[in-house]
Amino acid sequence: MGNAPSGGYYFAPPSHWPLVGSAALLIMAFGGVMWMNSIGGGGWIFLAGLGILFYMLFGWFGTVIRESEGGLYNKQVDLSFRWSMSWFIFSEVMFFAAFFGALFYARVYSVPWLADIDNKLLWPEYKGAWPSAGPYLPPQFTAMGAWGIPALNTFLLLSSGVTVTWAHWALKVGNRPQLILGLAATVALGFTFLGFQIYEYVHAYSDLNLKLTSGVFGSTFYMLTGFHGFHVTLGAVMLTVILFRCMKGHFTADHHFGFEAVAWYWHFVDVVWLILFVFVYWV
Amino acid sequence: MTAAAHAQDHAHHDDHAHHPTGIKRWLFTTNHKDIGTLYLWFSFTMFLMGGVMALLIRAELFQPGLQLVNPEFFNSLTTVHGLVMVFGAIMPAWVGFANWLIPMQIGAADMAFPRMNNWSFYLVVPAAILLVASFFVPGGAAASGWTLYPPLIIQQGISIDMTILAVHILGASSIMGSINIITTILNLRAPGMTLMKMPLFVWTWLITAYLLIAVMPVLAGAVTMLLTDRHFGTSFFNAAGGGDPTMFMHIFWFFGHPEVYIMILPAFGVVSAIIPAFARKPLFGYASMVYATASIAILSFIVWGHHMFTVGMPAAGNLFFMYATMLIAVPTGVKIFNWIATMWKGSMTFETPMLFSVGFLCLFTIGGFSGLVLAITPVDITLHNTYYVVAHFHYVLVSGALFAIFAGVYFWLPKWTGNMYNETLGKAHFWLSVIGFNIAFFPQHFLGLAGMPRRIPDYALQFAEWNMWSSVGAFIFGFSQLVFLYVVIECIRSGRKSEQLPWEGADTLEWTHLPTPAPYHTFETAPVVK
Repeated sequence: MGNAPSGGYYFAPPSHWPLVGSAALLIMAFGGVMWMNSIGGGGWIFLAGLGILFYMLFGWFGTVIRESEGGLYNKQVDLSFRWSMSWFIFSEVMFFAAFFGALFYARVYSVPWLADIDNKLLWPEYKGAWPSAGPYLPPQFTAMGAWGIPALNTFLLLSSGVTVTWAHWALKVGNRPQLILGLAATVALGFTFLGFQIYEYVHAYSDLNLKLTSGVFGSTFYMLTGFHGFHVTLGAVMLTVILFRCMKGHFTADHHFGFEAVAWYWHFVDVVWLILFVFVYWV
Repeated sequence: MTAAAHAQDHAHHDDHAHHPTGIKRWLFTTNHKDIGTLYLWFSFTMFLMGGVMALLIRAELFQPGLQLVNPEFFNSLTTVHGLVMVFGAIMPAWVGFANWLIPMQIGAADMAFPRMNNWSFYLVVPAAILLVASFFVPGGAAASGWTLYPPLIIQQGISIDMTILAVHILGASSIMGSINIITTILNLRAPGMTLMKMPLFVWTWLITAYLLIAVMPVLAGAVTMLLTDRHFGTSFFNAAGGGDPTMFMHIFWFFGHPEVYIMILPAFGVVSAIIPAFARKPLFGYASMVYATASIAILSFIVWGHHMFTVGMPAAGNLFFMYATMLIAVPTGVKIFNWIATMWKGSMTFETPMLFSVGFLCLFTIGGFSGLVLAITPVDITLHNTYYVVAHFHYVLVSGALFAIFAGVYFWLPKWTGNMYNETLGKAHFWLSVIGFNIAFFPQHFLGLAGMPRRIPDYALQFAEWNMWSSVGAFIFGFSQLVFLYVVIECIRSGRKSEQLPWEGADTLEWTHLPTPAPYHTFETAPVVK
């Protein structure tokens, strides 16, 4: 596998895009810090940085797409992309692991400990039952049930995993109408999921009094579902880009890792949701 | 093929090696050697900055009482010194080595993703700007210690947000760099370069990159929770809301312990290249070195609790983390004895790279032993947060990681620059560093055993004498690094031309298959490894 000669491997010429990206992040960081600390103009500086970041993403990805369609990437380059996408997804798994770790720690250790004999003097009334906003913050909230919108969202995401696979089968046999239909369905399911998620948040804030500030339950609930939702957004945007590329006639039956990378990412987002559904909503 | 034939080959290639010149070459570069050079100079710059902070700390501690700085600023100095040295000096130095050496050692033409490689480097710059600029905002730089523990960290000002975002950006840089390194090693090896033929430096970096991808996202998660606790009303580390500050320590050290192996594993790789070269013998126990490196990496995930024996874990937790930590001494011992066995009956010479490697071997072992002492839970309970801990981790990070960096720089300077450094001054740098380092840090063992707490700008009178010694040693060590800077610049500018193979015993691809200095592009046609 690693033994192919390096002849024919595409090595990129000098590029200004990385530096543009670094400038964007520096501006976003300074703007973000000012924004969070209520220093005037911070929000605008942050948005300016974000704009530069988008400019960089368009430029850089555009270059990669042109190179790919121009036939510069051989099999070995393709394999590099496969390795790198796998390791990138592994890094994402570890990012979510930190937040799941926080959830398990809160449920198994910190909340029960706060109700144990050592803390009876401080908080005699506190029972330490999950869901909990802790012994001191106002606890009047209702946890989100599993069998309403969350179950529906599970169904949507699982279906989208099926449709993206159906589209992939079509791509591999060169059936472009089925490919576009499958992808369009996946994108539609993804955005529907997001719509439901927004509706759920509004419902939680206005009816259930479940907020980001609702103690450790609110923290873990919103950070886990929020980061997941952010990843679904990214995935859906990437799928949309792939959909447009398919409509433009990009990809062939044996050269389409751009499609597969996004499909892998989509499945990853799907699996994270299943774990979320079980541990955040259900048990 | 002989090196000379290769040299001709490359002279031909260089004709069409188009690359920008001047500042654009360095800003837009996609060449692994340029990026390696950028990383190494950046690392040295940050090393000097972190060093100045260290000398301010030692100047304040030269005698009891408050002389130079106020306690707030002292706390900022210890915090940012740690962050700068870990994330700004040691880690980028190793990525610089990885960039320069991995493609040449596996017979690849460059890194797998040259543009992303450039971005990995140019992300550490904004992070460094954020960290250094945080000294100048209201409230001063982060003063919580490099571990950023809540609740202290929740209370400080703007600089904490800058530090948190710097950590995010550094994490992105490390993850991209590591993905690049792993992909290069797995996919770009020359024909015949099987995994078990790879030089150990490549192996250690493969495993280091795996560790980085596994733990940098966890750190990003932890500091994100800090940020939301500070500004958005979450309660991850707030007991009133059902959270727990201890939880941050668990998540942080799940990152933090693998992090220390991230800084030392490439050092093992460098020393495993240098000792055989100067003993003129093959490395003893190559396969066991690979397995030991992997074992250390796996074990690093299950020992984090030894950083927090005093927080009140259940006894079973303390026992588990104590035994798991001691287990790491086994693969580390395998390595130490393999290096000694490599030297056994070798025909050794002691040029500067070998001196630094032998210095590494002796002093890193001391740091390893003091680590074993600290792993014993009941002992740690008395030594926790004393100068004994400071002495321990400076023995593994300075005379461990940093000495290996020096050894590697001296070893590969001829390959990188085509010139030979001044051997006399190199040796002077070594002896000044070893003597200064030991005067600075050995007494800190005594201070710690006597009960002197760390991260405090003032101390009781009985600690005065050893602190004075320690400060004197720190200044000797610090200023002798200017000798290093001079040696490197003199080597680049006016060193005498190096021979094709300056080190008789060096036998990896960059020495045997490439001219000295290495041309801008190497291995456009992959070599065949037998």
